[in-house]
Amino acid sequence: MAADGGMGHATKRREDVRFLTGRGKYTDDYTPAKTSYCAFARSTVANGKINSIDTTAAAEMPGVVAVFKGEDFAEVGGNPAGWAIVSRDGTPMQEPKRPVLAHGKVRHVGDAYAAVIAETLEQAMDAVEAIDADIDELDAVIDMAGALANDNTLVHDEIGTNMCFDWGWIEDNRAATEEAIKNAPHVTTLKLVNNRLVPNALEPRCSIGEYDPGTGDYRLTTTSQNPHLTRLLISAFVLGIAENKLTVHSPDMGGGFGSKIYHYGEEALVLAAAKKLNRPVKWTSTRTEAFLSDAHGRDHVTKIELACEKDGTFIAFRTETMANVGAYLSNFSTVTPTFLHGTLMAGNYTVPNVYVNVKTVFTNTAPVDAYRGAGRPEATFSLERVIDKAARELGINPVEIRRKNFVKPDQFPYASAAGLEYDSGNYDALMDGLEMRADLAGFEARCTTSAKNGKLRGLGINSYIEACGIAPSNLVGVLGSRIGLYDAATVRVNATGNISVMVGAHSHGQGHETAFPQVVADMLGIDPMSVEIVHGDTSKIPFGMGTYGSRSLAVCGSAVFRATEKIIKKATLIAAHMVEAKPEDVNFTDGEFAVKGTNKKVSFGDVALKAYIPHDFPIEAIEPGLEETAFYDPANFTYPAGAYACEVEVDPDTGKVEICSMVAMDDFGNVVNPLIVTGQVQGGLAQGIGQALLEHGVYDENGQLLSGSLMDYAMPRADDLPNLVVDHSNATACTHNPIGVKGCGEAGAIGSPPTVVNAVIDALQRGGHDVEHIDMPVSPGRVWAAMNG
Amino acid sequence: MPTITMNVNGAPVSVEVENRTVLSSALREGLGMTGTHIGCDTSQCGACVVHVNGKAVKSCTIFALEADGADVETIEGQAHADGSLNVLQQAFQDHHGLQCGFCTPGMIMSAAALLKENPKPTEAEIRDYLEGNICRCTGYQGIVDAIMAASGQSTAIAAE
Amino acid sequence: MYNFEFTKPKTVEEAATAMAAEGAQALGGGQTLIPTMKQRLASPEVLVSMTDIEGMVGVAAHGNTLTIGGATTHAQVAADAADLFPGLAALASGIGDPAVRNRGTIGGSLANNDPAACYPAGALGSGATVTTNKRDITADDYFQGMFETALDEDEIITSVSFPIPEKANYQKFEQPASRFALVGVFAAKFNDGVRVAVTGASNVGVHRWTEAETALNSNFSESAIDGMSGNANDMIADLHGSAKYRAHLVGVLTRRAVAGCG
Repeated sequence: MAADGGMGHATKRREDVRFLTGRGKYTDDYTPAKTSYCAFARSTVANGKINSIDTTAAAEMPGVVAVFKGEDFAEVGGNPAGWAIVSRDGTPMQEPKRPVLAHGKVRHVGDAYAAVIAETLEQAMDAVEAIDADIDELDAVIDMAGALANDNTLVHDEIGTNMCFDWGWIEDNRAATEEAIKNAPHVTTLKLVNNRLVPNALEPRCSIGEYDPGTGDYRLTTTSQNPHLTRLLISAFVLGIAENKLTVHSPDMGGGFGSKIYHYGEEALVLAAAKKLNRPVKWTSTRTEAFLSDAHGRDHVTKIELACEKDGTFIAFRTETMANVGAYLSNFSTVTPTFLHGTLMAGNYTVPNVYVNVKTVFTNTAPVDAYRGAGRPEATFSLERVIDKAARELGINPVEIRRKNFVKPDQFPYASAAGLEYDSGNYDALMDGLEMRADLAGFEARCTTSAKNGKLRGLGINSYIEACGIAPSNLVGVLGSRIGLYDAATVRVNATGNISVMVGAHSHGQGHETAFPQVVADMLGIDPMSVEIVHGDTSKIPFGMGTYGSRSLAVCGSAVFRATEKIIKKATLIAAHMVEAKPEDVNFTDGEFAVKGTNKKVSFGDVALKAYIPHDFPIEAIEPGLEETAFYDPANFTYPAGAYACEVEVDPDTGKVEICSMVAMDDFGNVVNPLIVTGQVQGGLAQGIGQALLEHGVYDENGQLLSGSLMDYAMPRADDLPNLVVDHSNATACTHNPIGVKGCGEAGAIGSPPTVVNAVIDALQRGGHDVEHIDMPVSPGRVWAAMNG
Repeated sequence: MPTITMNVNGAPVSVEVENRTVLSSALREGLGMTGTHIGCDTSQCGACVVHVNGKAVKSCTIFALEADGADVETIEGQAHADGSLNVLQQAFQDHHGLQCGFCTPGMIMSAAALLKENPKPTEAEIRDYLEGNICRCTGYQGIVDAIMAASGQSTAIAAE
Repeated sequence: MYNFEFTKPKTVEEAATAMAAEGAQALGGGQTLIPTMKQRLASPEVLVSMTDIEGMVGVAAHGNTLTIGGATTHAQVAADAADLFPGLAALASGIGDPAVRNRGTIGGSLANNDPAACYPAGALGSGATVTTNKRDITADDYFQGMFETALDEDEIITSVSFPIPEKANYQKFEQPASRFALVGVFAAKFNDGVRVAVTGASNVGVHRWTEAETALNSNFSESAIDGMSGNANDMIADLHGSAKYRAHLVGVLTRRAVAGCG
C-alpha cells in the first residue's frame, strides 16, 4: 500500500525550502530580548597550575555584567563519561572530574578558566583580555607512549597516572589468539596511526541560556545532536536543575558529526549565568574556539597482526592500540575506542581468533570522542590495511583474499570472534557489484593510460562491516553503558487528520523531516505532506537519545513504526465503533477502514475527527483522542556492510595524490529514501577522503594546536574530490527491526580511508617503490618522502 | 555610530554600525537577516557569501562601511517574488545539494555568481569556482550536479 | 576586533594625509587584514580605505609595460590582463577564491608581502616597479623578507608597473588548507634575460632563484635546469612540508613554469 512518496521513494527534502531561502533558524539566529554575551578566557598553555585568576579589572570594564571563574563552580558536579570501562585487571577506569570551568589546573590549550558576560560580544572579549591569570606552565603530556611511561608529568595529578584504563577484548581469547599467532604459517604486522581529526561541522557551537524567575524555568537553546541527554546530564550531574524545570531546545543545526552529541561546559555556564543575571546569556563559538574546544576524533596509535595460512585463510587478528582521550573524558570517549572499535575487529570475516587491547591515555590536548564512524573507522582502517599488506606479501589478489574469508550468506546469523552476532549480509554480492560498478576488469588498461601521462595509478579495495543503531539496552548495560539506548516517538493524529510525530532523534542534515513521514504515510496510506516531524525540543517530545551512530531510522524510526502500529490498532477500534462492526472484522488498507465482506468503510480522516469529537464512545473500551507513544529498544545492532574501490593517480614529481574514482557499494538493508541515503554516503566518503589525504589535528610537543584554523587544517573542497559513485542496491534487510533498515550515516567515512590508502600504496608499489605504509593524511610531502627514502 | 544605507535585495535599508562592524554582522544583527551564516573567522568557509554591487564577496571580510551605498543581494532575495524557488535553488533541492543547510546560502550565492560569469560551466570549472565554499555534509556531489542541472546541462540524478 | 577610526579618501593626497596619523594603516580589500583583526592580532587605530581613490583602479598597457592601479582587484587583473600579460592574469586568477579575488587588491597583497602569497612572485619575477605616493621602487629593492617591504609606514602603493615579458608562467603548488602557495614559481623570459621568482618556500620570503636564471639564460628549456632544486637550508619546514620537500618542489615547479611558457 505504498502511497506516493512512501517507503523507497526518492522524495525531495521538504526542509530544503527553508534552507534554500535563508529561513532556517539556527541557534545563533535566536537573540532573545535583553541578551547578554559571553566570552571565555581560555588557556594558552597545555598544562598549567593556576595560581590566581584576578578578574577585578575585567569586572570594571565597560558593559561587563558578570565574571565567572572555576571556583564559582567548584561545588557543582562534573560532566561525566557515559560508559564505565573496566580494565583487564578488574579495576574501574580513572574518571577525573571534568568541571564547568577549569579550577586549580588548566589541562589543554583552549581549556576555559573564566567567562565574562557583557552587554556586547566585543565588550566581553575586551574584558577577557583584562583578566589577570597567573598560571605556571608545566611540561605538557602530548605523546601517548611517553604519557604512559611517565608518571611524573601528569594531566590529572590526583589519579597518579595518565592511563584511563587498559581494556582487553575479549580477554578470554587472549591466550588462544597469542597461541594461534605463534603457530601461524604467516604473520603480517603493521604499525599505523589513525590521525586526529577536528570535526568542523560548519556551524560552530552556540548556546543561549534563559531563566524565568516567575516560574523558575530554565531554557537552553543549544547546538545539540542529543538535547535529552544534555538535559539529563545538566540535571542529574552538573547543575542539579530539576529536569521538569529545564527545557533544552536544539533548533536547526549546521551539522554535528559527533562533536555536538556531548554536553559541554559552555552550556552549563550560560544557564547558570542566565539565572544569576536574570537575563539571557548567549555564547557563540568562533571557528578558532571550535578547533580548541570541540571534541576531536580518532587519534589512535596501533599495532595490528594478522596471522594466516599460506593460502590467505585468516587465523587471527591481534590489535594493540593506544587511544587518546585528551585532557578530560567527554561523554562517549570511553566507549568509542573500546566497544565501538574492538567488537568490529573480526570485520566481514570468519576469522576464529580476535583479541584487542586498548590503553586509553590522558594527554594535554582537547578531549577526543566519537566523530563520524566512532571506533569503526579505526577498526576498519587497521583491518583493511593489514589485510592488504598480507595479500601483497602472500601474492594474493586483494579481492580474492577478502572473498576467501568472507562470512558467507548461508552463515547468518553469524557470531563473530569479536563478540557480535551479525544478523544479515551478503558480502560476496557486494564485491560482485563492486567489481562491475567500478569496472575492476578495466583497471590495467587505465593504468597504462596513466603511465603514458607520467602518473602512477593504483587501485584500492576495501570491505567493511559496522555496527549501527547502538542501542540494545540490555547489551550496552552489560558492557558498561550508564544509560539504555532505546529511542522514543509519539504519533499524534490531530482532529483534522494531519499528524505530528514527536521523535527523539535530532535532524541536522539527515533529512528526518522528509524520511520519517514517508514511513508513517506508507503505513497509514496517506499523503506524506500531512505528516510532520517535531524534534529537538525536550518540552515537546517524550524522550530521546538523539542522533549519532547511524541510529536515527533504525532505532527512532522503529519507535515511529511501533507508535504508528498502535495508532492503527486504536483507530481500528474507533472505526469499528463508527461502522458498528467488530474490530476483528475491520481491515485497514490504503487509508480506509473497511468491514470485511461489506461495502461499509470509513476513512482515516473521519476516524481521526471522531477520535476528538466523540459523543458515544464506550468509555471503558475506547478513550477519546488518537495519540500513541512507543519506546523502541532493538534486539541487536544493525550491521551495514560494503565493498569500496578507489583509483588514484600519484604524481611522481610532487607526490600529490589525485582520486580518479571512488565507488561505494553498500548494504543498508531497506532504504526509505534513496536520495537521502546517497547523500549521506557521499558526505561520509568526503570526510573519509579528507581523513585519508588532507585532515590532521596536529599538536606540537608543547601542546599548541598547529592546525588550529582552516588556514592549516585542510578541509576537503569540491576540487579535492572526484565524482562519488554510490550504490545501495545489493541489500539484505535487517532482520530484527520492523523497517528492515540498517543505517547509512557513517558508512562512507568508515569504508573510504583504507580504500584510499590501499590505492596509494598500490600505485607506489606498481611504480616500483617498495613502500608498505604511509600514515594518514597521505599528503604530497609524505608520499614524496616515502618514494624518495 | 555611523548609519549606512544599502539596497538589500532591492529594498533600501539603513542600519547603524560601528566602524568595526563587518557586513555579515550588519545583515544578521543589524537587519535581522540571518540567512547569511558565519562558519569561520579566517575567510575560508564561504557560508557568508553575498553579492555586493553584483560581485560575490565574503560578507564577514568586508566592513559594513565599505558597503555603504551598495546594492547587496543575499539568500533572502533569491526566490521568485511569489516565494517559489528560483532555478538554482530548485536544482539544489532536486539534486540533494544540501543537507544541514548551513553552507547553503553562501553556496547558492557563489553558484549564482558562477553562472552569471559562465552560464555553461564544466564540472571541473564548478569545482574550481567553489574553492572558497566549504560544505561538510554533501561531499559536493549534489551541489555539482545541481549547478550542472541549473545551467541546463543534463546530469544523472544522484539517487540509485 | 578592536575598534578604529575609518576614513575613505577620494584622492591619493587625502589618503596620504590620513596615513600620516598615528597608528594609521591602509585598507585594501582587507582579505588578510580583516581576519587578522578579528583574531585581535592587529590593532590599527585608523584604517584608510583605498577602495574609492580616483585613479587607483585599473589595468592599462603603455608600450611594453602593464600598469595596474594599487586598488585593482585580483578578479579585474585576471580579466583585464588576460590578453596583455596572460602569465600574470593567470596568477591573479588563482589567488584565493572567487570571492576573495573580488575584494583583494594587488596593492594590499604586495604591501603585506605574505611569504606564501602569489603576487610577490609575479612582481619580482617580472621585475616590476612599485609606485607609491612618494617614489618608484624596483621589485628587487621592494621585497625585504617575510612580511617586510621597502614601504614606509605611511606609504601607499598607487600602482605597479610590469614589464611585459616575451613569455611567462606561474606554477603554484597549493598548501591544501589555506590554498596559499606551499611553493610558487614565476618564470619570465625577457629579450634581455630570464627571471625566476619563488614564493611560499623560503624563510627569506619571496626571492629570485639566480642559479636557475643563469642556467635558463643560456638555454630556456626544462632540460637546462634538469635535476636542480632549491637550497633546502633556506626553506620553510612546517606540517605541510619539510624543507627538503619544498626545495625539491622549487625545482619541479620551475621546470613546469618553463614548460608552461611554451
